[in-house]
Amino acid sequence: MPEEKPATGGEYSSAERAEQGLEPRGSRPAKPVVAGRAREGMFGVSGSGDTSGYGGLRLPAHTAPPAERPYGGWFDEFADQFFAALAENEVPVEAVQQVTVDRNEITLYLDRAHLVQACRILRDDPGLRFELCSSVSGVDYGEDVPQRLHSVYHLTSMTYRRRIRLEVTMDVDDPHCPSIVEVYPTADWQEREAYDMFGIVYDGHPALTRILMPDDWDGYPQRKDYPLGGIPVEYKGAEIPPPDQRRSYS
Amino acid sequence: MSGTGTGHGTNGSAYAESRETTEGRVYHVSGGDWDDVLADTEHDERMVINMGPQHPSTHGVLRLVLELEGETVTQLRSVIGYLHTGIEKNLEYRTWTQGVTFVTRMDYLAPLSNEMGYCLAVEKLLGIDVPRRAELIRVLLLEINRIGSHLVYIATGGMELGATTAMTIGFREREEVLHLLEFLTGLRMNHAFIRPGGIAQDLPTDAHEKISEFVQVMDKRLPLYDQLFTGQPIWRNRLKGVGRLPVDACLALGVTGPILRSAGLPWDLRKVEPYSRYDEFSFDVPTSTEGDCWARYLCRVEEMHQSLRIIRQVLEKLEPGPVMVADRKIAWPAQLSISSDGMGNSLAHVRKIMGQSMESLIHHFKLVTEGFTVPAGEVYVPVESPRGELGFHVVSDGGTKPMRVHVRDPSFVNLQSMPAMAEGGLVADVIAAVASIDPVMGGVDR
Amino acid sequence: MGLEEKLPNGILLASLEGLVNWARKNSLWPATFGLACCAIEMMTVGGSRYDIARFGMERFSATPRQADLLIVAGRVTQKMGPVLRQIYDQMAEPKWVLAMGVCASSGGMFNNYAVVQGVDHIVPVDMYLPGCPPRPEMLLDAILKLHAKIQDEPMGPRRAALKAGQRTELIPSSIKYAKK
Repeated sequence: MPEEKPATGGEYSSAERAEQGLEPRGSRPAKPVVAGRAREGMFGVSGSGDTSGYGGLRLPAHTAPPAERPYGGWFDEFADQFFAALAENEVPVEAVQQVTVDRNEITLYLDRAHLVQACRILRDDPGLRFELCSSVSGVDYGEDVPQRLHSVYHLTSMTYRRRIRLEVTMDVDDPHCPSIVEVYPTADWQEREAYDMFGIVYDGHPALTRILMPDDWDGYPQRKDYPLGGIPVEYKGAEIPPPDQRRSYS
Repeated sequence: MSGTGTGHGTNGSAYAESRETTEGRVYHVSGGDWDDVLADTEHDERMVINMGPQHPSTHGVLRLVLELEGETVTQLRSVIGYLHTGIEKNLEYRTWTQGVTFVTRMDYLAPLSNEMGYCLAVEKLLGIDVPRRAELIRVLLLEINRIGSHLVYIATGGMELGATTAMTIGFREREEVLHLLEFLTGLRMNHAFIRPGGIAQDLPTDAHEKISEFVQVMDKRLPLYDQLFTGQPIWRNRLKGVGRLPVDACLALGVTGPILRSAGLPWDLRKVEPYSRYDEFSFDVPTSTEGDCWARYLCRVEEMHQSLRIIRQVLEKLEPGPVMVADRKIAWPAQLSISSDGMGNSLAHVRKIMGQSMESLIHHFKLVTEGFTVPAGEVYVPVESPRGELGFHVVSDGGTKPMRVHVRDPSFVNLQSMPAMAEGGLVADVIAAVASIDPVMGGVDR
Repeated sequence: MGLEEKLPNGILLASLEGLVNWARKNSLWPATFGLACCAIEMMTVGGSRYDIARFGMERFSATPRQADLLIVAGRVTQKMGPVLRQIYDQMAEPKWVLAMGVCASSGGMFNNYAVVQGVDHIVPVDMYLPGCPPRPEMLLDAILKLHAKIQDEPMGPRRAALKAGQRTELIPSSIKYAKK
């Protein structure tokens, strides 16, 4: 029985209520877990004499919206299987902070404490069978965005021909995430790359060192506060600034 | 640099000690765990050899550090990053269409595959469908590219193993491929031809004859490879039983492509998750169960034949039609043509935008300078490149530039499996194993 | 000249400088420094269609000790810079450097943190070849221009002062051997 009845038309009311135990209850985050970066102004100007009006442009930050049941397609079957397996292995339901279904793809936002166990369940459970970890990467959502670093995992099930995405969010002050190398050895170099580029420290990784940049490089190049690092170019008498310092038309 | 170094990193810390000097930070690098490695030198034959980034046989700028006991490799470490160009970060400062020119230079032996994956991801974010003719032409170009890429595999693989003739005839056939691609797209390499929404321009009028001619020539020449290599005892002895990787190791290490198919799993994304009308074509996916370099060689040669088969089918299916999506807010506006000073907007198009239609002018200006906007979200789209699963994880925040593009390059992931293939074998087999993975360092390092 | 008319058949007179330069330019051995896409075009130049063996350069020397010409083909990254310098230092005099492609000449389209904006930050360059990637014919043209440059190399400072400003003309063979 639901503990609190959401008001009709309220934020969490929905025509279809999920079966008990299969849907995260009570710990539904008040707002979406993923934060986005708001964009302001065109031409990179603000507060100047620009009278075009584009300087005042304010575009709301995009956040991935949480999905409501039924998700559609095979996602429901997968979600049922997954939450049942989580319950079997005594992983708390709060481990899944949010589920997003967008453009025919399902994304699960996981709590980092339970990441490795969830991956093991996804790999070994006969109804889930995600044998291949296709990709491990990082995303930086921009400065001043809470929980801006994401570690994104794409899993492929060859048996069931399915693909899912797992995301773990973290702050830049505490960029730690458990390493899934013991479950998917392919994550070895890919986590090293995410560490090199974003500074996400994977705890439990056998050899977390820089892989693409020289070993003594300072900084994490693909973070949003790291400059692109180009030099101005002189061309036909004019000097063109590097791409990250030019006027931006969006 | 000022100051003298005191102290070593031998107190067990994994990272080099550093100190600040007037000229910046100075690291004292003492070799990590090399003390343990070198302490093992009671074996006189144990050597640590560096096959540095500049080496004729390491398939590009790959650095291998081999620990050898005589001729046997006991440990193999690889160092990459010598070609890291920061392409993924560059993409965040370019419009969606300009991104194609960057993405195309990652895996430079199969540039059209890169473009394809990227454009499919952008189109998935946009939620548009590409016209049928564009999809068929994309398939045509991808398969021609696949033949070219596998020819380079044979050419460079052969050269690294010492068969210089492989190099010359492989590149001779590749000239046919590049000549055809130049005729169709305008460039021999790094074409930037597949764009979000379709392709840059339609095929030239006599493309059909040229492609049929190409297919005939390749039909005559591809069996030469069987005669020259498959029957050759030296080639067979160098590749058979070398670099074995069974299918469970492949899956654990995330290896896809010909390596996985040679180990026994017929996993080809063109069959499993067909994109761009691949489900309308009939072709086989060559598999083997041996999982060694020989099986991968046979796999790739057979894939070339299957690619020719697909090209023949495309020629039959091609029908006139648009090659760019009809939505004027997305479609690349310029009708390109080649005139006396090179390729540029066709005169008819310039006449239209300057004289006839204000709307066309506005579209042209906005799309070229600002680019189209892509609704926010993230997608992951994999395609089957000649090396394996090439995946594009694209995140958009609703703007005209990508927010993040991550490329899951098959060479990057496949190269992780190299120690598993080569340790315990002979030094010469390391070369054969690397050649059979067919890594392209541009894709590995991006 | 007068002396040659009096000599028996089969004797050629030339300046030592001319002969030395001619020998050097006609068997320039390139060092393999193929990095990225330009390396593939460099390999096709070694292939049979755009044959580089006609110029005596088919022997790509992997060891820089035996190489004359360092063709830097492809983007040089920050990590690769010291390696490039080491290879260049290992080459014996006389040596030349050809920066092939825009990435080697100026950083190319990659104006960012990872790519060295032009290989001339690391090694002295004798010939820049733009293109992305340059066609094999363009590479051959650059090599031929480099040959002309080598042919003009003076033997010492006195010859340099004497020859100041003189350059071998590079006449395309289509004009040189055209029917009059």
